[in-house]
Amino acid sequence: MHNKTIVELGAGLRAGEFSSMELTRDLLARIETLDPALNSFVTVTPEFALAAAEAADARIRSGEGGPLTGIPMVQKDIFCTKGVKTSCGSRMLDNFISPYDATVVERLNAAGMVMLGKANMDEFAMGSSNETSFYGPVHNPWDRERVPGGSSGGSAAAVAARLAVAATGTDTGGSIRQPAALCGITGLKPTYGRVSRFGMIAFASSLDQAGPMTRSAEDAALMLQVMAGFDPKDSTSVDEPVLDYAAALNESLAGLKIGLPQEYFGEGLDTAVAASVEGAIAEYKRLGAEVVEINLPNSALAVPTYYVVAPAECSSNLSRFDGVRFGYRCSEPRDLEDLYKRSRGEGFGDEVKRRIMIGTYALSAGYYDAYYLQAQKTRQLISDDFIQAFKKVDVIMGPTSPGIAFKLGEKVDDPVTMYLNDIYTIATNLAGLPGMSLPVAPVNGLPVGLQLIGNYFAEAKLLNVAHQFQKVTDWHRAVPAGF
Amino acid sequence: MSLDRSDIEKIAHLARLAVDQDRLESYANDLSNILTLVGQLEAADTDNVPPMAHPLHMVQRLRPDSVSEQNHREEYQAVAPLVEGGLYLVPKVIE
Repeated sequence: MHNKTIVELGAGLRAGEFSSMELTRDLLARIETLDPALNSFVTVTPEFALAAAEAADARIRSGEGGPLTGIPMVQKDIFCTKGVKTSCGSRMLDNFISPYDATVVERLNAAGMVMLGKANMDEFAMGSSNETSFYGPVHNPWDRERVPGGSSGGSAAAVAARLAVAATGTDTGGSIRQPAALCGITGLKPTYGRVSRFGMIAFASSLDQAGPMTRSAEDAALMLQVMAGFDPKDSTSVDEPVLDYAAALNESLAGLKIGLPQEYFGEGLDTAVAASVEGAIAEYKRLGAEVVEINLPNSALAVPTYYVVAPAECSSNLSRFDGVRFGYRCSEPRDLEDLYKRSRGEGFGDEVKRRIMIGTYALSAGYYDAYYLQAQKTRQLISDDFIQAFKKVDVIMGPTSPGIAFKLGEKVDDPVTMYLNDIYTIATNLAGLPGMSLPVAPVNGLPVGLQLIGNYFAEAKLLNVAHQFQKVTDWHRAVPAGF
Repeated sequence: MSLDRSDIEKIAHLARLAVDQDRLESYANDLSNILTLVGQLEAADTDNVPPMAHPLHMVQRLRPDSVSEQNHREEYQAVAPLVEGGLYLVPKVIE
């Protein structure tokens, strides 16, 4: 049962072959047995899940269930969940029980999804390996010596290991797509503003976007359908109609123009990963697509631009954690300044502190023009590259990550090396475009992700392009040994 | 751009972060490496390029100035470290 997708399980639930209660109990048992080796959950919520499953079964029996009703899932621990600990992977919020639900949580609950718990993640979503979590690293189900990617590493590992049918993730510089690639699942980062950020703990507000992490593009379409849409509670939410994502899945790819950016296939890309990605592109040609070489000449500026913009926004967003209103507070503060400094110093981990300090420095008097203003200009250059490219092509393809999952501890002491994991995903966030990762042929038994980048609000096109590939390939069906 | 221990102390103070003395060196080293990476932006020709304010060039949405929220003080203060009589308590600020 746990190997089935949302689409398959939904059909079984509605046909009365099994109940959401049975499915939920099965997955809760799997989490109990298998997750100690992975550490993909920060919190498991059995009571909450069983109550939701019971309600879902009643809805299904009365014929009122939708495609997601009764499907067990895990929420990344960045989404506020009323009455349930919301840690954001940080000691700072280890004691934080959210008084309200994030809009994403509210919408998925209303659709009848069953939350099994909260997924481990890099602290405040800052990381590419899930090693910065206060709750310890997540292990990759394909090889427990390796990282699952990050920051949505717990979400990706749980879905890949069949501990949850689907998960939510968030993506500021690749945090949905890179772990999806490294764990062999399907992940979609929508257009900036497509999914509400309300109740999603902010890292870099001009880049953050939530999306589904699933085992197929079809499943991602069903989840995005519920997650997407205007939310008056998020001032950056976009008031654009939500398309019917499932309806577009079966469109033919004949004549589809795929752009391959030369910059995404150069130095730094593992040759075996490149071969795997090229194999997938050959498959697309067989499906009738046409391949066009393109250039995104400012690609090399993406990582440096991001490491000004994201830390600058993070230093401002994380100033709310002051030891006064919620979260961690140091013991016996001498005065107010000591309260602020020690609460933050003790509550935040190393990577979060590094980024707060970089951001503080970049925004400080005398440096603003050289760093922040210049980065906002190079961000425009990066964005313009895509605007030019999408005049010629329908979708851009390349690798999601320059290599396969690396070993735990391998890069954690070298921030700059770690940052380079996101060289192919960051530009999409800077430009605000939708991006996706789907599994292609593995390398040494470890998953590889193909990245799709679409034009603004082209989520339906990306899902269609991914689904057509998954109809003729089986990579997305591969299960890690032992799960 | 290279930062030293005293730079880190200054930045940490601005960010209201307590940093252990024995970690200053390693933060200085890490932050200097990050600034070297970021320094690649200097060479980019951005004359006549407007700074990007928003990926979709949206403007701030406005709403009618009417009451839309209810009072949630009790729920919000339930997760606060220290409150009394509806107030958040902090160490004495004014002597």
